Amino acid sequence: MNTLIRNGQVVEDGWQWIDADEALPAARLETGGRFLLPLALWLAHRASLDPARAGVWLGPDDELEPVLPWLADMPLIAIRFPVFTDGRGYSLARLLRNRHGYRGELRAVGDVLRDQLYFLHHCGFDAFLLRADQLPHEALAAFRDYSWEPVTGRRVLPSM
Amino acid sequence: MYLYNETDQRLVDDRVVQFRDQMTRFLDGRLSEDDFRPLRLQNGLYVQRHAPMLRVAIPYGTLASHQLRKLADIARRYDRGYGHFTTRSNIQFNWVRLEDTPDILAELATVQMHAIQTSGNCIRNITTDQFAGVAADELFDPRPYCEIVRQWSTLAPEFLFLPRKFKIAISGGAEDRAAVRFHDIGASARVAEDGRIGFEIFVGGGLGRTPMVGKSLKDFLPREELLNYFEAILRVYNRYGRRDNKYKARIKILVKDLSLEGFAKEVEDEWSWSRGGPASIAEQTFRDMDAFFARVDYAPADADDPAYRQALHDKRAFARWVERNVAPHRANGYAIVTLSLKKTGAPPGDAIAEQMDGVADLAERFSAGEIRVSHEQNLVLPHVARKDLPALWEGARALGLATPNIGLLTDLVCCPGGDFCSLANARSIPVAAAIQQRFDDLDYQFDLGPLELNMSGCVNACGHHHIGHIGILGVDKNNEEWYQVTIGGREGARAALGKVIGPSFAAGQIPDVIQRLVEVYLAARHEGEIFIDAVERIGLEPFKARVYGGAA
Ligand code: HEM
Ligand code: SF4
Repeated sequence: MNTLIRNGQVVEDGWQWIDADEALPAARLETGGRFLLPLALWLAHRASLDPARAGVWLGPDDELEPVLPWLADMPLIAIRFPVFTDGRGYSLARLLRNRHGYRGELRAVGDVLRDQLYFLHHCGFDAFLLRADQLPHEALAAFRDYSWEPVTGRRVLPSM
Repeated sequence: MYLYNETDQRLVDDRVVQFRDQMTRFLDGRLSEDDFRPLRLQNGLYVQRHAPMLRVAIPYGTLASHQLRKLADIARRYDRGYGHFTTRSNIQFNWVRLEDTPDILAELATVQMHAIQTSGNCIRNITTDQFAGVAADELFDPRPYCEIVRQWSTLAPEFLFLPRKFKIAISGGAEDRAAVRFHDIGASARVAEDGRIGFEIFVGGGLGRTPMVGKSLKDFLPREELLNYFEAILRVYNRYGRRDNKYKARIKILVKDLSLEGFAKEVEDEWSWSRGGPASIAEQTFRDMDAFFARVDYAPADADDPAYRQALHDKRAFARWVERNVAPHRANGYAIVTLSLKKTGAPPGDAIAEQMDGVADLAERFSAGEIRVSHEQNLVLPHVARKDLPALWEGARALGLATPNIGLLTDLVCCPGGDFCSLANARSIPVAAAIQQRFDDLDYQFDLGPLELNMSGCVNACGHHHIGHIGILGVDKNNEEWYQVTIGGREGARAALGKVIGPSFAAGQIPDVIQRLVEVYLAARHEGEIFIDAVERIGLEPFKARVYGGAA
């Protein structure tokens, strides 16, 4: 099971992931629980979903425009890293946090490794669903890899 | 020179600790090869043909004597007693041991140095004009801006995993000695009519397999917007640059795909919200930064020193060296001296530990303890009183660093090629040596005048062959080393890419080919016309005809 780190703590992940090629699990939705939906699915059903129970996940090449009108009510946005060397998610995070003022949970998922946590955090991520082989307690130390602070204007640094 | 504050020092110290931990995890199998590779690259560590290679950053090419001594010390203790200065203000150690690299980085950190941003798909070491701050023809000193950009780009969290490497050059002069139009971003000093300071911004230049001259993205960017604007460019590139094909991943391809106008529109949109915001650079920052680079306090020196004049008169060899290796300084009675790392027979850009120590001493005696590294792979002493030139010359001669060939044919630029580099198609160092031997005669070289020859061992163009007046490129034909020759390339305001003269040659033919090219020039030149201008005037045909005869 992948480990979730949120605000510097190893925690249980209460969200169920719906993949891009899955259909909307209407029956499961009825049972309660919280779901992380791919952008297309989330957009198609947004009006009928309970905002508190429906998060959205973005791929690295998703545009942000479709979610911007609803940012204020969104509890969770996840950004998927297909491989850790794909850095697009870092810019999506900075745009969401800084340009668009998103305040909810911003979660990195996918190929998320200990050695990138410090930098992901500094781009505005406050939650990290680690790749399955990562050691959660070693990973927590990553937030203290540097005592130096990078020079980034308009940074909103989530507490850890 | 800039001195680290506590924050800078903490960063490099933390970095060493982090890398040591990563290396330990790699060596005991907890970090896979794939997960480790980008991490070691972000610390300048390559694995090359014979051994790991460590590339150390020399930000905007400035070194203090004690830093150069540390490089000598590392060369002796961890390598085979020498290092290679590159065209990008870095030094490479070719024979380090993987497990020693954390110790080497710790040594570097004690003198405010590191290997961050010397490789990997991040913003690389910032480069500038090797004469920055002292050149007689400069609009303003670019180094404070280089330092501001260095601080921002060092481990800039958003830009550690770009589609590809990203190179920024900043120059302060009317004369461009930093090849700004051959960088991903080039910034060239401008002063507006109302006196405001800023930069013209070029984007999408570069060499490699798709050479392109950078295009002007903005005529005038006020200096306080430098970081906001660079960040906008980088963000657009990070999001939209191609990641499916590493040969099409540089920003130049994105600019081409979107068109310059399309790209500019995206950048303007990004910039529109950060403009004037908190990352704008405060006046106070410029003042603080300027203070670091304020000129060394020059003792008033006489422009006309009798001993110097006498030496010029008495010693022909000294006079020649002054003619080629000494450049005008902005302060009266001072000069800028280039120490040639291009002595015939020594690999271009290489320096042995004793030479590094020797240069550190010379810099302390004669140049306020400061050394620069040029993108032509030479070392520069930027603050030399004219009256000290004879003594400095003697000192440089004793170190084998006084070859009076700056800007001449044997001052050639050359990558490590097949002797070291695993990407090479062909060796470059032996070919460079053969050319230097053929043209070693100084009278002949002086008669030829300024002529830049650049050589790369493969299409990655680390030796800048496209912008050599004569360029040589190693190519592979059925597993044999061949060399393609171009002419007509140049850097600076009239930047141009060289054109291939015809089918490639075997290594042994190259000195003859160069000989024929210069003979055509000698026969055709007008009074005072240099090689590259003659090529532009008469075109390729006469050169082709002479080199290939009827048989091509
Ligand atoms: C020996 C190890 C080296 C390796 C593996 C290496 C690799 C590469 C590669 C793959 C590129 C092409 C990048 C691209 O087009 O996207 C490149 C470009 C470049 N390298 Fe190297 N290089 C090495 C050494 C050097 C040295 C010793 C120098 C300086 C003498 C140097 C200076 C450059 C420069 C200036 C470019 C820029 C070309 C451009 O504008 O794209 N490199 N290098
Ligand atoms: S040009 Fe090619 S051979 Fe030369 S250093 Fe670069 S990658 Fe290696």
